[in-house]
Amino acid sequence: MRTRTAAPIALAAAALLTLTACGGSSDDAASEPEVSDVAAADFPEGSTMAALAESGSITIGTKFDQPLFGLVGPDGTPEGFDVEIGKIIAGALGIAPEDIDWKETISANRESFIESGQVDVVIATYTINDDRKEVVSFAGPYYEAGQSILTLADNEDIQGPDDLAGKKVCTVSGSTPEANLLENFPDTEVVPFGAYSDCLEPLRGGQVDAVSTDNVILAGFAADDPSFEVRGEPFTAEPYGIGLALDDTEFRNWINDVLEASYEDGTWTTAWENTAGSVLPTPEPPAVDRY
Amino acid sequence: MDLLADNLPAYLSGFLFTLRLTVISGAIALVVGTVLAAMRVSPVATLRGLAVTYVELLRNTPLTLVFFFLVFVAPQFGVRTPLGFWTAVIALSAYTSAFVCEAVRSGINGVPVGQAEAARAVGLTFGQTLSLVVLPQAVRSVIPPLINVLIALAKNTSVAAGFASVELLASGRRIALANPSDAMLALAGVALFYLVITIPAGLLAGVLERKVAFAR
Repeated sequence: MRTRTAAPIALAAAALLTLTACGGSSDDAASEPEVSDVAAADFPEGSTMAALAESGSITIGTKFDQPLFGLVGPDGTPEGFDVEIGKIIAGALGIAPEDIDWKETISANRESFIESGQVDVVIATYTINDDRKEVVSFAGPYYEAGQSILTLADNEDIQGPDDLAGKKVCTVSGSTPEANLLENFPDTEVVPFGAYSDCLEPLRGGQVDAVSTDNVILAGFAADDPSFEVRGEPFTAEPYGIGLALDDTEFRNWINDVLEASYEDGTWTTAWENTAGSVLPTPEPPAVDRY
Repeated sequence: MDLLADNLPAYLSGFLFTLRLTVISGAIALVVGTVLAAMRVSPVATLRGLAVTYVELLRNTPLTLVFFFLVFVAPQFGVRTPLGFWTAVIALSAYTSAFVCEAVRSGINGVPVGQAEAARAVGLTFGQTLSLVVLPQAVRSVIPPLINVLIALAKNTSVAAGFASVELLASGRRIALANPSDAMLALAGVALFYLVITIPAGLLAGVLERKVAFAR
């Protein structure tokens, strides 16, 4: 009896899945960056590009919990600007989006994932800085964010980082914004949570006075809930780069070329407008830094 | 090893936070857990029911969810605990007391029923029987499982890292971020400091056990 009732349900579910799958792919086709028709032989022999093009797949580390940049929904595929940048790079290697193996990287494990070769590149709101350049190398930047402040819309007391003295400011434990607050604004009382989204309920309830992190993340929250407002201008520069193995200069230069080409032909702008551009103005692409 | 030496103040402040969390939550959990165990063996059905519900609810809920409830759900019903240390103490002691209760109860069940019958026969009340005759024998036999529960508590304090407490793990993450080339070493340092709490606790269990051992 049980199997008899289960069969039609399973059938219906399968049909529904197929339908949604079709819907999804036809939608995506318009916005997907195109996949170049290249072969491994087009790249210098022995290079990382040749090896990746030969294997036909690439492993990219990204955030799975960052709205607008890398966010995995219930269907399991990540979406966001970082993800689109990954698709552009994979496309230039002749790798289709469905052949990209997305791997979740959190702030604390990005360097070790690159060093151990568990990922080929990391595109995960990854700020370029000198400490990190000692362990990995960076292509890009492909976007420049800056740390900013989110408060309740009716709280006019805080207009910039200097107003944070003595206030409770929520951020993520072990993140760059947290380190920056501790170092440059020592009078601020830092309240670290596990994720930025965890900061919203305490902010709403008045248990913290503000949330501070990169402006792009805060903009996503403010767009979702009109009771929040982003305050003041960004007070740091966070150039987001693409992390890769320390000594692979050839691959780094090639990614920089791909990024510049995407600035030229508008795919960068399209990628931005389809993701973070839904709540943020479209910026000028930053100049890549070939250090 | 330079990394550990250079960041010793940060490690120590995290370590002290973790130690305070463990000691205070542990003390509360031992008291509440013992009271719960007494309720579970009491002759009053309402008390038994309450204790069973509490223990089953807390013992079968992930600790992270207990924190979530306190930090994100309770405020929506107007219950606001001070963020940070005391929220963590409440969550950890509420969670751990359920395990303490079960350990103590198993000890109570291990005391031969004749002991309680004899105590009642000479005219002791239920409270006197429990506190003067049964519990002293029960607690001795459950020292090892209780220390296990407390060691688990020491490690469970790391869940507080995600909820506004800068304890050992959160300090370690800060150090790891500041030293990307030695991130693994920074986290190994965190593990080392946990051992400073848990290994002595295990040794203490051995000493206590020998000290309170009695022949049956």
